[in-house]
Amino acid sequence: MENIIVELSKYLLIILVAVYTYLCFGVFGIEDPYRKNSMLTQQSVVMFMIQIVAFGVMFLQTGEKKMLIFYGMQFALFLATIILYVNIYPKVSRLVVNNMCMLLCIGMIMLTRLNYSYAMKQFLISACAVAGSLVVPVIIRKMTTLAKLRWIYALIGLASLGAVFVAGRISYGAKLGFEIMGISIQPSELVKIVFVFFVAASFRISTSFKNVVLTSAIAAAHVLILVASTDLGSALIIVIVYIVMLYVATKQWVYLAAGIVGGAGASYVGYKLFSHVKTRVEVWRDPFALYETGGYQVAQSLFAIGTGSWFGMGLFKGAPQTIPVVEKDFIFSAISEEMGLIFAICTVLICVSCYVMILNIAMELRRRFYKYIALGLGTCYIFQVFLTVGGAVKFIPSTGVTLPFVSYGGSSILSTFIMFAIIQGLYIVREDEEEDIERKKEERLRAQRSIKRLG
Amino acid sequence: MNEKKRKGYERKEALRDLDKELELLEMSRNERKTDFEQEKAEKKKKRSQNKEFAIMAYAFVGLFLALIGYMVYFQAVRSREIVRSPYNARQDSFAENVIRGNIVASGGEVLAKTEVGEGGAESRVYPYGSLFAHVVGFASNGKSGLESTENFTLLTSNAFFIEKFKNEIKDRKNYGDTVVTTLNVNLQKVASNALGNYKGAVIVLEPSTGKILAMVSKPDFDPNTISSIWDSIKDDENGNLLNRATQGQYAPGSTFKIVTALEYMRENPNYSDYRYTCTGEIGVGDVVIHCYGNRVHGEEDLASSFANSCNTSFSNIGVQLNVKSFQETAKELLFGEKLPGDVPYVTSKFQLTESSSDAEKMMTAMGQGLTQVSPYHLALITCAIANGGVLMKPYLVDKVTNYTGSEINKTKPKKYAELMTSGEAFALKELMRGVVENGTASTLKGRSYTAAGKTGTAEYSSDKEKDHSWFVGIRNVDNPDLVIAVIIEGSDGTARAVNVAKEVFDNY
Repeated sequence: MENIIVELSKYLLIILVAVYTYLCFGVFGIEDPYRKNSMLTQQSVVMFMIQIVAFGVMFLQTGEKKMLIFYGMQFALFLATIILYVNIYPKVSRLVVNNMCMLLCIGMIMLTRLNYSYAMKQFLISACAVAGSLVVPVIIRKMTTLAKLRWIYALIGLASLGAVFVAGRISYGAKLGFEIMGISIQPSELVKIVFVFFVAASFRISTSFKNVVLTSAIAAAHVLILVASTDLGSALIIVIVYIVMLYVATKQWVYLAAGIVGGAGASYVGYKLFSHVKTRVEVWRDPFALYETGGYQVAQSLFAIGTGSWFGMGLFKGAPQTIPVVEKDFIFSAISEEMGLIFAICTVLICVSCYVMILNIAMELRRRFYKYIALGLGTCYIFQVFLTVGGAVKFIPSTGVTLPFVSYGGSSILSTFIMFAIIQGLYIVREDEEEDIERKKEERLRAQRSIKRLG
Repeated sequence: MNEKKRKGYERKEALRDLDKELELLEMSRNERKTDFEQEKAEKKKKRSQNKEFAIMAYAFVGLFLALIGYMVYFQAVRSREIVRSPYNARQDSFAENVIRGNIVASGGEVLAKTEVGEGGAESRVYPYGSLFAHVVGFASNGKSGLESTENFTLLTSNAFFIEKFKNEIKDRKNYGDTVVTTLNVNLQKVASNALGNYKGAVIVLEPSTGKILAMVSKPDFDPNTISSIWDSIKDDENGNLLNRATQGQYAPGSTFKIVTALEYMRENPNYSDYRYTCTGEIGVGDVVIHCYGNRVHGEEDLASSFANSCNTSFSNIGVQLNVKSFQETAKELLFGEKLPGDVPYVTSKFQLTESSSDAEKMMTAMGQGLTQVSPYHLALITCAIANGGVLMKPYLVDKVTNYTGSEINKTKPKKYAELMTSGEAFALKELMRGVVENGTASTLKGRSYTAAGKTGTAEYSSDKEKDHSWFVGIRNVDNPDLVIAVIIEGSDGTARAVNVAKEVFDNY
């Protein structure tokens, strides 16, 4: 009997997430503010339905009361997030708030299923991050000096990466971070944001050849420290973010081409130089041939996705624990195994919808500094999604990065929250700008008219 | 509440529109024109400013479309094979809800089944004992054979859905699907008896389809008792667990002359003019090669050299061959390459290089040297010869049915590769027919069927008294119905592989 309920809930969850995803893209074409608003409210309702179905199923299977209590806590957190954001910042982008909650919700469902204590930790970090991130939009909106701090950004970025390199501990062959009160902090996650600010501030001043060389040199210093710390996933993200920002700021194809050629060359050198890069590429080629010597993780991920098939095994019916570090780098495979590939693809589409929204904001903004920041953060976000999902399905070699908002990890959650709060700040700035333009236009008209009357 | 909100919105909208209209009315025509142009210019400016943003947005969205496309492709096409991997431990969790299905022979005889005892205790039973030990395999203490490769199918239930639903409600297990193999119980028995107590292997295929009809490997074990004998046989030097038919690696001996002959024919279109006078030995440097049993064959052409399995003549051919082209031919015949089919196998080796000495060339040409091959691989080459050069993909699973016998899916014979032209295949078949008609396999002459083949004797140790005895052959040469490969390890000369083939051919 229980199996039948789990079975049916699978399909229900897939239908709900499909509706949510449809609404994600559906709102883009809608002008009518009433319709738009009601669609966004529907989205939130669908999210809460997904949450209640998933936790209902998990309670049914474990019979543990803590599932229900935890559900209540999460429900309260998401409701509070939506209400607080919408009320403190009436001009906020509801779609971004919704997607933020939805991705977090999917992540919390999967983490609760995988490891309750991890999920609880993640919940607490998220609650703090929500509260903390609420002030970020104000800072973005009010602090006009932010555009002038480029050397400070460069210094913070290089100093913290350098500190990790020196003092860091070894984890999976890469010196990535340190622990504070049981929460592991990976500065590289936060440095990505500071780096985007640095590049934006620098290109705001000038895109002359001289400045491009200077900026590229500092970007290269970031990358080199990351490579030396063997954090190649972050290094790759920084490279891509920089190439994209450079191209957009200078509007020169040459830089894009040079960046791609240089990046490809550097990757080849990395492949030849670092044995663990080589292993990852070889594992990507044929994980089953290297099953005993490094292919295990990717092979298990493929088994998980393949066995789960389109509709998934159902929550608690699969074996995602067989994938090493499933809570972090391979959470996508766990989602795919138990909730189905369709659900997993919808999750990816939700991430893409966030990206489209961010780029939309970037295009609407007027001031270059803000435009570049939106572009940089958007690229950083979407490329990270690409790396982790692509790695899990063996589309590209696995690089060991997390799926933002979904994966377990203190600094990952924190930095993504900050990133999205900045985006919200920019969205509000955009609304301000638009109001400004309207007002100016009106003033001009009025002035013209009064001149006429006088004349 | 909602109604009120909606009305509020509508009012606001209406007021704004009204304002705009009034404004427009108030504006002079000129004003309107400049305003319109200004707006247009602004939009244009914005668009040109944002061109690069849009390009990047499209690029990343495109990247994700490719990624999602790949996921769909993976699930629809690739996943079936990946999920069935023996490494996939997830399959075993299916056993909680499914009773492992049966494995049956082509005639319906049960080769493996699960008996459910009191209190739901399940045990796996193999009615034929050790007869199908390697090919069917075992399902505890790890998995092997079909029990391993078909694990996913055996633990999937395609029972009628209402029945499954009922079982679900009553909390009972469903019956797993049945794997119907291509194996022929009679041929398997004959082959096993003919091999007797010798170490070795027999594999029998139907060349026109690729069906594997029999696969015997000795020494064997009784899979019914695998748990109790596990500790004693798992590291045993005898290699009871090794499926010699597919995983055994042997020097091919004279059976390799098939490959050498093919290469010679490719390099010399007028190969029928080949002449050689065998004096019983040939020497290069300090290596002297003798014919088997120190025979002297006298004047020979290619056909009689092949039929007599004349070592000196083939050594003579060997030194003349172009190594590069020889390597190419060996590669086309799948030496050093992947072999088709779901059975675990060991890749064959052909190690002649351009720096090899003449002695090595001669040894390789007559089947000694560093070449290593499995009976399975030699059988596949012979299949291609029997089938006009085309190798069909070998398979063991004819179809999968649910436990009541309704077909779920059937394997269709599929072409794997063309190993040689049909002309070459025909010529080789004629050479092999000569071996039976007036050569080393004359035991097979004058039966109710025609036969073709090649014998082989491979030295494997310093013990000159004992050799591996090989035979690969085709039954019904003009319309081949069986292909066989036999190896007998360490034969003292009385047990001959060709006799095993004869038993099998006689009893088909």
